[in-house]
Amino acid sequence: MSADYVLETRNLVKEFKGFTAVDDVNLKVKRGTIHALIGPNGAGKTTVFNLLTKFLTPTTGTILFNGEDITSMKSAAIARKGIVRSFQISAVFPHLTLLENVRIALQRKEGNSFHFWKSEKVLDKLNDRAIELLDEVGLKSYANTVTVDLPYGRKRALEIATTLALDPEMLLLDEPTQGMGHEDVGVVADLIKKVSKNRTILMVEHNLHVVAQLADTITVLQRGAILTEGNYETVSKDPQVREAYMGVEADDEVANAIAAENAAASAAQKESVE
Amino acid sequence: MKINKLYLFLIALALVAPTFIYPVFLMKVLCFALFACAFNLLLGFVGLLSFGHAVFLGTGGYVTGYLMIETGISPELGVLAGTAAAAVIGAVYGKLAVKREGIYFAMVTLALAQLAFFFYLQAPFTGGEDGLQGVPRGSLFGIIDLSDNSAMYYFVLAIFLFGFWLVHRTIHSPFGQILKAIRENEPRAISLGYNVNDYKWAAFVISSALAGMAGSTKTLVFQLASLTDVHWHMSGEVVLMTLLGGMGTIFGPVVGAGVVVTIQNYMSGGELGNYIHIIMGVIFIVCVLAFRSGIVGEFQKLMKKNFG
Repeated sequence: MSADYVLETRNLVKEFKGFTAVDDVNLKVKRGTIHALIGPNGAGKTTVFNLLTKFLTPTTGTILFNGEDITSMKSAAIARKGIVRSFQISAVFPHLTLLENVRIALQRKEGNSFHFWKSEKVLDKLNDRAIELLDEVGLKSYANTVTVDLPYGRKRALEIATTLALDPEMLLLDEPTQGMGHEDVGVVADLIKKVSKNRTILMVEHNLHVVAQLADTITVLQRGAILTEGNYETVSKDPQVREAYMGVEADDEVANAIAAENAAASAAQKESVE
Repeated sequence: MKINKLYLFLIALALVAPTFIYPVFLMKVLCFALFACAFNLLLGFVGLLSFGHAVFLGTGGYVTGYLMIETGISPELGVLAGTAAAAVIGAVYGKLAVKREGIYFAMVTLALAQLAFFFYLQAPFTGGEDGLQGVPRGSLFGIIDLSDNSAMYYFVLAIFLFGFWLVHRTIHSPFGQILKAIRENEPRAISLGYNVNDYKWAAFVISSALAGMAGSTKTLVFQLASLTDVHWHMSGEVVLMTLLGGMGTIFGPVVGAGVVVTIQNYMSGGELGNYIHIIMGVIFIVCVLAFRSGIVGEFQKLMKKNFG
């Protein structure tokens, strides 16, 4: 029975003109687990995310959430069902304060979001809860800062606080640690672990250390199709995966080394200018 | 507190202004200021560029003008009817337009506005090229005779203040918070469960109703409803006023409307009259190139830098 699975896709296909981005994907996400979706660039990970949240419409196939067919629902309706997604680039409201960011998520259940004749002061009663949520991700002291002034890692933390405000049953995180420095990666990984209690998380992630640390199940995608599935041990030993994916990781390490060297060089340059 | 004092000062200024300045000119400024405020609600606070807002200004004007001439209802009802008519058209046009984004939204609004323009050109009740002339101002609530310019001025001022207050309230309401969220990051607003098109539509209707109210009032002031008000030039002019004053600021559109109307009024009489479009064009270019946040926007930046 599907009761064990929060989210299921059956024969999910997405074709763009003459190109199959997602090819017959049958994904099953177990309740209460962290499920990672990995694969080389262009494997269709983000496309799968967009299909699940209906930012794209599947060509064929069905999507089930708690056994209910949600294939024909609209994005906003899916969010209200309890599947809330994040984006590759940080999804915040940059010119609003952190408090306002979280409040916008809390506001939805208040039922006053069309009340243009009321003062926004009616939203003040949500402030305590918003501060609580900010506190959970370590951003309480920034509550009245305008979001655009935050460092990148903190924006991602804010994004998680905003998502938690909806108390969703399932979180879809699209590369939550992308573009972050080492310390930030650790902080966000811990945060994900923390919020995964009583929730199901499906995440796309490039950083294999994070995946190894967090994921209960890993699905490897290649050219739009599922290559293999299992826990980190099984997946990392699979010769097909090593061939398709680990080669890319090695490249990543080279790229990281080059980036670190460049950073050191520019720091040295700065010093010499001063 | 400081802001409240500023508002009180400005209202006091507006109350005594007709003793120094020609009231018809002031009324013109107020009508366009209201029009620009309505437009700015969409552009500045939802991020939607409507390029057909003249249709709402013109519709308000025609409906009010027609009713005042044919039925002789009192002016407050005439303005209400014009506002309602613009809101109805706004509801239909908005429903179609919010399905598209960015430049396509602008194109859809422009196309729909052109449709309305040619309808008004042909329709028998608008007077075609001549427009509706000699619209009576009537008596407010059947008591106060509005043919007196200073009485008319205070009526216009009251309407403007109501419209300005409504825009201000809308921006600072629970609804306004969602509008800002949509402007800032639409996909995120969707992923938080908001049907963003419904919010855009509601904002569109409010904006078109207020634009209609401005048009109705303008028709009473000049006792004339004409094709000028529904022409796409007018849609462009309100963009200029809003950008020049500072889009997304509450006072920007008022200042922008004041500047544009003043320039037009003083130049059209003089030797430079023939060059007015060139001059407005140059102002527009300078504004876009050199001070993109507009007069009020730049002023606020300056205040922040020096005193903030």
